[in-house]
Amino acid sequence: MSSANPSLAASLKPGTSEATAERALLSEIDVSTRRPVFFFLCAAIGWLLVGTVFALIASFKLHNPAFLGQAEWLTFGNIRTAHLNSVVYGWATNAAFAVAIWLMARLSRTQLRHLGILDVAGFFWNLGVAIGLAGILRGDSTSIEWLEFPAYATPLLFVAYALIGIWAIIAFRFRQPGHVYVSQWYLLAALFWFPWLYSIAQLMLVFAPVRGAVQPLVNWWFAHNVLGLWFTPIGLAAIYYFLPKVLGKPIHSYYLSALGFWSLALFYNWAGVHHLIGGPLPAWVLSAGIVASLLMVIPVVTTGINHHLTMLGSFGRLQDSPTLRFIVFGGVSYTLTSLIGSAMAVRSFNELAHFTHFTVAHAHHGLYAFFTMVVFGAIYYMMPRLTGREWPSAPLISVHFWFCAVGITIYVVGLKIGGLLQGWEMIATTADPQTGEVALRVPLFLDIVKHTLPYLVSRSLAGIMITIGHLAFAVHFAWMLLQPRAVAGAQPVRLSPDAALPASRA
Amino acid sequence: MNKGPLLFLGIFLTLAFSWTGIILTNHLTIGRIGTYVDADTGTAFPQAEPGLARQGKQVYQELGCIYCHTQQVRRPGFGADDLRGWGERQSVPRDYVQQDRLLLGTMRTGPDLMTVGSRPLNADWHYKHLLDPQLTSPGSNMPPFPFLFATRRIVGQPSPKAIQGLPPQYAPPPGHEVVPTHRAEALVAYLMSLKHEYDYPESIPVNVPGGH
Repeated sequence: MSSANPSLAASLKPGTSEATAERALLSEIDVSTRRPVFFFLCAAIGWLLVGTVFALIASFKLHNPAFLGQAEWLTFGNIRTAHLNSVVYGWATNAAFAVAIWLMARLSRTQLRHLGILDVAGFFWNLGVAIGLAGILRGDSTSIEWLEFPAYATPLLFVAYALIGIWAIIAFRFRQPGHVYVSQWYLLAALFWFPWLYSIAQLMLVFAPVRGAVQPLVNWWFAHNVLGLWFTPIGLAAIYYFLPKVLGKPIHSYYLSALGFWSLALFYNWAGVHHLIGGPLPAWVLSAGIVASLLMVIPVVTTGINHHLTMLGSFGRLQDSPTLRFIVFGGVSYTLTSLIGSAMAVRSFNELAHFTHFTVAHAHHGLYAFFTMVVFGAIYYMMPRLTGREWPSAPLISVHFWFCAVGITIYVVGLKIGGLLQGWEMIATTADPQTGEVALRVPLFLDIVKHTLPYLVSRSLAGIMITIGHLAFAVHFAWMLLQPRAVAGAQPVRLSPDAALPASRA
Repeated sequence: MNKGPLLFLGIFLTLAFSWTGIILTNHLTIGRIGTYVDADTGTAFPQAEPGLARQGKQVYQELGCIYCHTQQVRRPGFGADDLRGWGERQSVPRDYVQQDRLLLGTMRTGPDLMTVGSRPLNADWHYKHLLDPQLTSPGSNMPPFPFLFATRRIVGQPSPKAIQGLPPQYAPPPGHEVVPTHRAEALVAYLMSLKHEYDYPESIPVNVPGGH
C-alpha cells in the first residue's frame, strides 16, 4: 500500500491492518466514481429497454410484414436500424463507459479526478444518441451499416467520446506506481481505439467520402472493429478483473494474458474485411482478412485457457455468485462465438453463411451472449459497492439470468440453423445426369423466404424471453436504488444460500 | 508490462497497421479507378445516374432497403448468383465509381438488386410490389410501403399514372384513384436504372466450374 494516497482509515489509524486499509481505500475510490458510473448505468438501462422494444417490433415484422406497416417511421428498415443503434451506442457503450470508469479508477488505485469532464461527456453522448435515433426514425439514416446516425448527431458523439478518453488517460496517468494489470491494458487500448475508428469512419464515409469500393472497406474496418476493439476489450477487461476477484485467487498465467492481449491487438483489426468476401474488392485484401480471422484463434484460445484454468476447482461458486454466473456465461460465449466467427471467414463456409440470418445470429452471440452478459455480471458486483446496499431479491436475479440465458440460446441456435438452411437453399445446385446442365435446387427465391419463417418466429419467442429478463433486471435495479439504506452488516445476495462461500470479498 | 508509453506505442501501431493496409493502400489503388472509355463509341462507362434515379436512391436509403437487399454479384462458381439471374458476371470496383455512396449490403433476406433493372419487371409491377408485396409475391416478408402512394379523388380525366388492376381489398373507392407519389416514382426509376452497364476487361468471368 503506497502512502502517496492514503485512505481515510490509514490516516486516522496508521496501524490499521493492510486488508482493512485496502478495503477502505477501494471503498473511497468507489464512492468517488459513484456519480458518473450511476449516470452511465441509468442511461444504459434506459436505452436497453428502448432497444429491446425496437428489437421485438423488428423481429415481429420479419415474419408478419403487415404488423405496424402503415406508418413510414415504423417501417422495418427504420426500426431495425433504431434497434441496432440504441443497443450499440445507447446500452452497450454507456454500460462500457460505466464499467471502464469504475475499473480504471480501482485498478489505478486513485480517486476519480475531474468529474466535470465525465458529466459533460455523459450528457452530450446521450444527447447525441437521442438525436441520432430521432434522425433514423425520420428517415435521415446514412444507410452505412453501424454508422447510421445522421451527420448532425455524430460530431457531438465524437467530442463526448474524446472527453471520456481524455479522462481515462488522466486517471491512468495518476495511477499508483507498480504493476499495470491486464484489465488496464484492455481498457486503455479500447478507449484509444474507438475514437480513432469512429473519427476515420465518419471522415472517410460521411463528411469527405472516399471513392468507390474503398467505402465498404472503411465501413467494415470500422464495424467489425467496434466489436473487436471496443466491446471485446471492455468485456475481457471485466472478465479479467471479476473472475479472480470473485474467486479470491489470481489469474492463472500472466504470460497467457500478455499473449492474448497482443495477439488480439495485432490480428483483430485486420479481420473486418471478411464481411466483404465475394464482393467487388481485390482478392488480396479479402485473403488478408481471412488470414487475420483465422489467426484470431490464437488470442481466443489463449484467453479461454487462461480463464478456464483460473476457474478450475471453483465451478461450485457458480451456484451462489450472480456476478460469476453471468461472467462465466459471457466468457464461454466469447470463446464459442469467436471460433465460429473464424470459421465464417473461410471462403467455403462464407459462401454458404454470408448474406443470411446466420450472420445476424452470430452478431447477437457476440454482442449479447458475450458482452451484454458480462456487463450484467459486472453491474451485479459494482452496484452494492457503489450504493452501500445489497441487491434486494435473489429470485429476480435468477429470473434475469435464466430468461436471458435461455432466450439468447434459443435465439442463436434457432437463427443459425435457419441461416444455414437459407444459405444452402440459395446456393445448392443439381447437375442433370444426362446433359450435365446445372440447375438450382430451389429455383424460386420466394420459397427460400418462406422456409426461413419458422426460424424467424423462434427468434421472436426468444426475444420475448429476453424482454422478460430485461424487465426483471430493470425493476430490480430501480428497487435497489429506491429502497431505504441497508443496515450495516447486511449479507451480500447469494443465489443459493447453502453453497459454500470460501473467498474474501473486497 | 508497466511502461505506459510502450503500451501506448503498441496500441497505436497495431491499429495503424490495418489502417495503412486495408484503407490507405486501397484508397491509393482501387480508389483511383476511373471510368472506362469504350474504344468504338467513345462513351465512358459507367455513366452517371440520371437525376430522378439519384432522388430514388435517397428514398432507398431513407427506407433502409439495404438491410435486406445487397447490390453486389458474386462471381459465377462462388455462390449461385448467376444461376438466380442476378448477373452473368461478378461486380467489379469500376461498376461503382459513379456512386457517391455505395449500398453493397450484407444481407439477402430479399434478392440481390445489382441488376434488377435488367430483369423483365415493368414500372407497374414495381409499384404494386411496393404498395404491398403480397400483390405480386404472396408469402413474401417484405414490408408494404403504402405511404409512398396517395389515394385521391379523380378530378376531370383519370391520371395516366394511376395504378390499374388492383384487387378489391386494395382498390380505391369509386371516383378515386391510387397514384404513386414523387418518391415512389423516383424509387422505381432508381430500381430500373440498376444494371451492369458494360462488360469491362476486368469483369469477364474467370474460373467457371460446373457448380456444386
